[in-house]
Amino acid sequence: MGEAIVVTSGKGGVGKTTTTANIGTALALLGKKVCLVDTDIGLRNLDVVMGLENRIIYDLVDVAEGRCRLGQALVKDKRFDELYMLPAAQTKDKDAIRPEQVRDIILELKKEYEYVIIDCPAGIEQGFKNAIAGADKAIVVTTPENAAVRDADRIIGLLESSHVESPKLVVNRIRHNMVKSGDMLDIEDILQVLNIDLIGIVPDDEYVIKAANNGEPTVMNPDSRAAIAYRNIARRILGDTVPLMQMNAEQGAFKRFKKFFGMGK
Amino acid sequence: MTVKSNHVTIKGIKDGLVFLLEDECDFEDLLTELRYKLEHSHTNILAGPIIHVDIKLGSRFITGEQKQSILEIMKQKGNLLVRSVESQELKPEEVLGSNITVMSGMVRSGQVLHHDGNLLFLGDVNPGGSVTCTGDIYILGALRGMAHAGFEGNEETVIAASHFAPTQLRISDMISRPPDEWETWETRMEFAYLQDGVMQIDKMSNIVRLRRDFNMFKGV
Repeated sequence: MGEAIVVTSGKGGVGKTTTTANIGTALALLGKKVCLVDTDIGLRNLDVVMGLENRIIYDLVDVAEGRCRLGQALVKDKRFDELYMLPAAQTKDKDAIRPEQVRDIILELKKEYEYVIIDCPAGIEQGFKNAIAGADKAIVVTTPENAAVRDADRIIGLLESSHVESPKLVVNRIRHNMVKSGDMLDIEDILQVLNIDLIGIVPDDEYVIKAANNGEPTVMNPDSRAAIAYRNIARRILGDTVPLMQMNAEQGAFKRFKKFFGMGK
Repeated sequence: MTVKSNHVTIKGIKDGLVFLLEDECDFEDLLTELRYKLEHSHTNILAGPIIHVDIKLGSRFITGEQKQSILEIMKQKGNLLVRSVESQELKPEEVLGSNITVMSGMVRSGQVLHHDGNLLFLGDVNPGGSVTCTGDIYILGALRGMAHAGFEGNEETVIAASHFAPTQLRISDMISRPPDEWETWETRMEFAYLQDGVMQIDKMSNIVRLRRDFNMFKGV
């Protein structure tokens, strides 16, 4: 029996879908059997980020309503044999499906896959209830902004009063220079308010946007710092102890070279 | 049937009768005795011209249904006209001071912790979360959200927290927010109280000046 992990945040635009795609791909890279599930019915994105949009035939709502078998709706990833995705419907809305239906589908998927990663829509309404219905664990994504932290706090409160086990935190899109100048919340501030375990921090990386536009998860690029961060999160999910990334590590061989000769900062 | 206990006392006043109903016994026993007394005693008083009756319940609080059953019994005697049914108001001294409930956890954004009485909360109150209390609020942890003491109008209540950084404070009907009215960057434990309708902040050790009803430690 596998494990279902929901990726949620409350606020929109903090990187739930990107995190889902990258953690899922990173787990597949580590040789795990993974299925990604998009529950953002009506506003599906996961397929776009994964570059699988043109392969979709059936979707989550079709499975729930019995128009197809679960196996028929799953889309196989083009890069990995053991990575699959269950897309959301684009023509319906969140009320097209009930939490019990999602729970049954996730239960079915857990028999087959080691990890089922569920992409949750923004908000705390029906879509959120659907997404957490089948989840065993949760990853809460936030960015170092007050609004995102506030919403993450709300979501953690809702998760704590549900069946989902103690949620873990991912702080996304950290800019080291802004944290250093005091313009951005630092990790300590966020942890003090949210008071849950940190499972990873992801630096802001322009490559993530480029990769998402190309339908290629960032983790595939070993040069990206965000990719390393996502791989670390995947390893922590598997139970490895991986130290947190040093945010101030300078990038590139040239800077290191300059530093060596005492020219760098 | 004999009733030996004395839950119901009937007193005569200038313009009628006062029924004193004891507040500590079982409500059903009270009704039984009330019924018995009306039927078996004071026959000379309870028959005749119309008499006004005040019913006093002490500190017992009753539901509408319970009140109805009392009135139902009184109606059996046609000449008794119930003028009022009242419970004694609790004095602020009785609500405040000694008894305090301890709770722990975390009040997160969107969550409301309500308590009737005084509250000692072990944990944080986050921005967007609120704690409301009819009595005092003491927080061993950070207060970053909203706290409302004296929820039902008690202006004598206080709000205290180890880390005092609320988004808003309310005591009774007064609403105050930092840093317009007060600003504090202290790291020591502080509390808020009302003085002449204005919110004030002071350090914890000065609470004794305000609340003389507390048991004070004076040393040996």
